[in-house]
Amino acid sequence: MNINFTLIAQAIAFAVLIWFTVKFVWPPLLSAIETRQKEIADGLAAAQEGRSALDVAAKKSEATLAEAKQKASEIIGQAEKRGSQIVEEAKDNARTEGERILAGAKAEIDQEVNRAKEGLRSQVSALAIAGAEKILRKEIDAKAHSEMLSKLAAEL
Amino acid sequence: MAIEQAEKALTPSEYITHHLTFNSQPVGDGSFWMLNYDSFIMSVLLGVVVMGLIWWVARGATAGVPSKGQAFVELIFSFVDDQVKNIFHGNRHSFIAPTALTVFLWVLAMNAMDFLPVDVMHHFVYAPLGLEHWRSVPTSDINTTFALALAVWFLMIFFSIKVKGFGGWIHELFYTPFGTKFWVLPLNFLFNLIEYVSKPLSHSLRLFGNMYAGEVIFLLLGMWAATGISGTIFGAILGAGWSIFHILIVALQAFIFMMLTVVYLSMAHESH
Repeated sequence: MNINFTLIAQAIAFAVLIWFTVKFVWPPLLSAIETRQKEIADGLAAAQEGRSALDVAAKKSEATLAEAKQKASEIIGQAEKRGSQIVEEAKDNARTEGERILAGAKAEIDQEVNRAKEGLRSQVSALAIAGAEKILRKEIDAKAHSEMLSKLAAEL
Repeated sequence: MAIEQAEKALTPSEYITHHLTFNSQPVGDGSFWMLNYDSFIMSVLLGVVVMGLIWWVARGATAGVPSKGQAFVELIFSFVDDQVKNIFHGNRHSFIAPTALTVFLWVLAMNAMDFLPVDVMHHFVYAPLGLEHWRSVPTSDINTTFALALAVWFLMIFFSIKVKGFGGWIHELFYTPFGTKFWVLPLNFLFNLIEYVSKPLSHSLRLFGNMYAGEVIFLLLGMWAATGISGTIFGAILGAGWSIFHILIVALQAFIFMMLTVVYLSMAHESH
């Protein structure tokens, strides 16, 4: 129970143990724990970030989808309009073309008619001459005609 | 142990005295220059083993997934660190927290030597080694507890002077806690003086008293076991009961010793 040199020896042992712990035991444990805590905190923050990024992406995709739908309907509308326009145009073209062809045909017909008329006219004159010739040949009377001719010649 | 008692035919007082005698050898002249080899060797051995184990784990500590050993060490680490964090507001990692860890684990290990059955250890370990007197529990030696408390006391004064300066420390001795009126200055100083004396005494005697009393109760139960068959049975039952209860005391006293160390050292950092 006496206080003796053990006191000093134990105090020295205590000091050495404290020094050892301060120097070699505490720092590696502290750094390991703090690093892990930081890693966990970073991981949680990253997860949070990822979650919010996912939300943003979902919203964005929704907006893009809506936009695409709108654009598609616009395009379809435009296409329909354009289609009917083209049909109208085609109708118009067909009508004018038809009219043009019709006019051409009429002109040609007129021409043909005229040409036929001309042909007929020339043939009619030939026929008239031939007819006249035939008539004349039949009607000719050498006595009368020679009398007429002698009269004519007498008049001369 | 009953047989041992019978063979040696010790009287109860001889038995207790035998178990409470230190292996004390002179290292110089005079009654002070004696070294209790049992206390010193046991405590150094325990310190080396315990802190060595912790160091071994700490050296391979990884920030990734910890091994079971590392998880256990980190559990102790966090327990001590949390306690210190609640009391000491400053850079605890540079000194106070590692000191608290040292105190807690070392005192816990030394206290735990109380679980070694005194007679079995004497009969089978110490006596064959030629050690007539050998006490297993270093903290039931007043020298050990007082050495720790005194070291803390010196650290307390060191940090007081380091934080407040020598003048600040002297100023605090005279101007706190009762005020700065001229006539209360001696009262302040007296109060602080009593505080400075009582701190290491209560710090060391609390631990010493608990561990010493625990040891004595084990000895008394051992003595009862030597009185006959019923004494052996009841002594064994009560010994087991006291051992179980003693687990609480061992851990609690180590915890209290650590907490007081932290409290004293953090008080030294604070200006009043």
